[in-house]
Amino acid sequence: MSTIAQKKGFGATVWDYLTTVDHKKIAILYLMAGGIFFLAGGLEALFIRIQLAVPNNDFVSAGLYNQILTMHGTTMIFLAAMPLIFAFMNAAVPLQIGARDVAFPFVNALGFWLFFFGGIFLNCSWFLGGAPDAGWTSYASLTLNAKSHGVDFYILGLQISGIGTLIGGINFLVTIVNMRAPGMTYMRMPLFTWSSFVTSALILFAFPALTVGLFLLMFDRMFGGNFFDVSAGGNTIIWEHLFWIFGHPEVYILILPAFGLFSEIFATFSRKRLFGYSSMVFATVLIGFLGFMVWAHHMFTVGMGPIANAIFAVATMAIAVPTGIKIFNWLFTMWGGSIKFTTPMHYAVAFIPSFVAGGVTGIMNAVAAADYQYHDSYFVVAHFHYVIVGGVVLALLAGTHYYWPKMFGTMLSEVLGKITFWLFLIGFHLTFFIQHFLGLMGMPRRVFTYLPNQGWDTGNMVSSIGAFFMGIAVIIMLINVVVTQVKGVKVGNDPWGDGRSLEWSIPSPPPFYNFKQLPLVRGLDPFWIEKMEGKKGMTPAEPLGDIHMPNASFLPVTISFGLFVAAFGILFHVDDKPWALPVMIIGLGITLVSMLIRSVKDDHGFHIHKEDLENEDKGVKA
Amino acid sequence: MENTRQTSANPRIDLKYRRKKNAEEMRYQIISFALMIFLTLIAFGAVYYEGFSHWFVVPFIMLLAAIQVVFQLFYFMHMSHKGHETPALFLFSGLTVALITILTFLTITWI
Repeated sequence: MSTIAQKKGFGATVWDYLTTVDHKKIAILYLMAGGIFFLAGGLEALFIRIQLAVPNNDFVSAGLYNQILTMHGTTMIFLAAMPLIFAFMNAAVPLQIGARDVAFPFVNALGFWLFFFGGIFLNCSWFLGGAPDAGWTSYASLTLNAKSHGVDFYILGLQISGIGTLIGGINFLVTIVNMRAPGMTYMRMPLFTWSSFVTSALILFAFPALTVGLFLLMFDRMFGGNFFDVSAGGNTIIWEHLFWIFGHPEVYILILPAFGLFSEIFATFSRKRLFGYSSMVFATVLIGFLGFMVWAHHMFTVGMGPIANAIFAVATMAIAVPTGIKIFNWLFTMWGGSIKFTTPMHYAVAFIPSFVAGGVTGIMNAVAAADYQYHDSYFVVAHFHYVIVGGVVLALLAGTHYYWPKMFGTMLSEVLGKITFWLFLIGFHLTFFIQHFLGLMGMPRRVFTYLPNQGWDTGNMVSSIGAFFMGIAVIIMLINVVVTQVKGVKVGNDPWGDGRSLEWSIPSPPPFYNFKQLPLVRGLDPFWIEKMEGKKGMTPAEPLGDIHMPNASFLPVTISFGLFVAAFGILFHVDDKPWALPVMIIGLGITLVSMLIRSVKDDHGFHIHKEDLENEDKGVKA
Repeated sequence: MENTRQTSANPRIDLKYRRKKNAEEMRYQIISFALMIFLTLIAFGAVYYEGFSHWFVVPFIMLLAAIQVVFQLFYFMHMSHKGHETPALFLFSGLTVALITILTFLTITWI
């Protein structure tokens, strides 16, 4: 087995990606699939804003608007933001802790394909009788009465992609606990790794609540259950509780890796150690914990009573404390640093005021009494778009520019990157800032149109114009990607010149075994320490030896594809279609047979031999 | 990648010690298994016997269940062993979160 990569044809490359278990290639898959869903969700957002640009508009009908709105939220949260976060976790975390792959490479691939087929299944609804139309929260009182199959697509699609996310999270927990390089103690892990760790723990604890909720809803809708049916003795509020017990940690699952990415970017481009590292770790863990104690603040108007509302209001406000710690630490990291305003740093600096604005409106919403006024108005829409776009999306765009050289070995154009940044930032504030006031003026959320002369006309027009700025920004970023990849100028190990953590000590993109010899970590920011002592790379912690690698496998695709097929059978079984039951059995059969093959076939992987690694070294030097 | 961090302190190398340790382990497992069956029988008995009121039986069975969970974790899932600190931390934080959630439902939010 030679380690030297050969030039491959198109078909071979596709097959390589379909069967890969390499975390770097899975990162690229997550980035591409998440990116495509991000474009779909963005397109839906533009349709929403076109419809709302002028009063009494008939660009889309009311029913179609509900579908677009629901799919915008669902797609952006589950199919765009989550996988894009997993893209960066896959790309960076194993490298940052000095590991050769994640703990379970096969499971990692399986996680991706489950997410992918779940997402495809959800989007098949557009062509099979209409998309889900009960909002991304899918409250049971609405969904139980939904006539189309849309909601069933939501239930089954999210169930499949949810399994993918759950096993992805478990994989990262095991990886970070067990596979850190010699010397990489917990308190020397880069902050992105720390936030990925806490995020994975949140996934582990929060996703089961969603799984349970979706199962109950599935039984209610498809198999005659009565969990949420009030007329049959059920309770529709249980869904709200289950959904938000998952849903609130979910928003921290999204934002914590964003915090991690920005922490890396602030330290790198301020060319300073991250200020208050241990307090950052503490704040990350604390946010993770508090995330489970606040779910009912989404339900202040349900009628839980003043005691519950008061307790959840105070718990919610408490989250501002660790978040404030983080904000100040980032400011102090920049303070006195030798700041370099690269594209990622632009995003990082703009993130602070944008996210603080979202945080402040969050505290406003946390005041239970005042929330009765804000509830279900555009004020809430403005709030969560400020935290998710101003936090998560800015981080994802920053991360794309920051980690692009490490993932693809080329550097995105800084000029086009900054144009993207400014257009996006202006568009973002133009779209969402004015929605605060639309909300305070009484515009309810999720309406498909409104009457003129209520004082909402100008605000909505401004908001729609802003959305197009963001759209153009994303198009320019795509052009940037194409231009960069066509030019194909390769970069070295540390393209930003100021890399601090281990990923910048190895080639871009890294060889498939990552580290020829596992590095010895001597402190926080290990690569920076070595550079400050005048060394070119890391000190190895082990002699050069054979490297054990996992074999590629096509089974993750077939396991996930089987569930995808079975889901169609389950869904149409309700209509008494004669083909539904066989389809369900065939689908589950594909999955179970694939799992059986995986179980009984011995797969010991292969070794890269020491001699090959040595030859490669000589080849480079010659 | 695998087994690269073995040290001489690894008990796998010391066969005699390992055999003794395994026998000891086995004894504990059998004792706790017998105890768990015994506790289950008591629980069934408590329900079967009509002299006890519900107010006694329900908390009593809960208590027995809690004891069984501890047996399960410490003797069958080897929580008492060295190197199980991280799983223990995760188990207990998960338990804390779940219990607080249940407590919330029982006290301040009626479903």
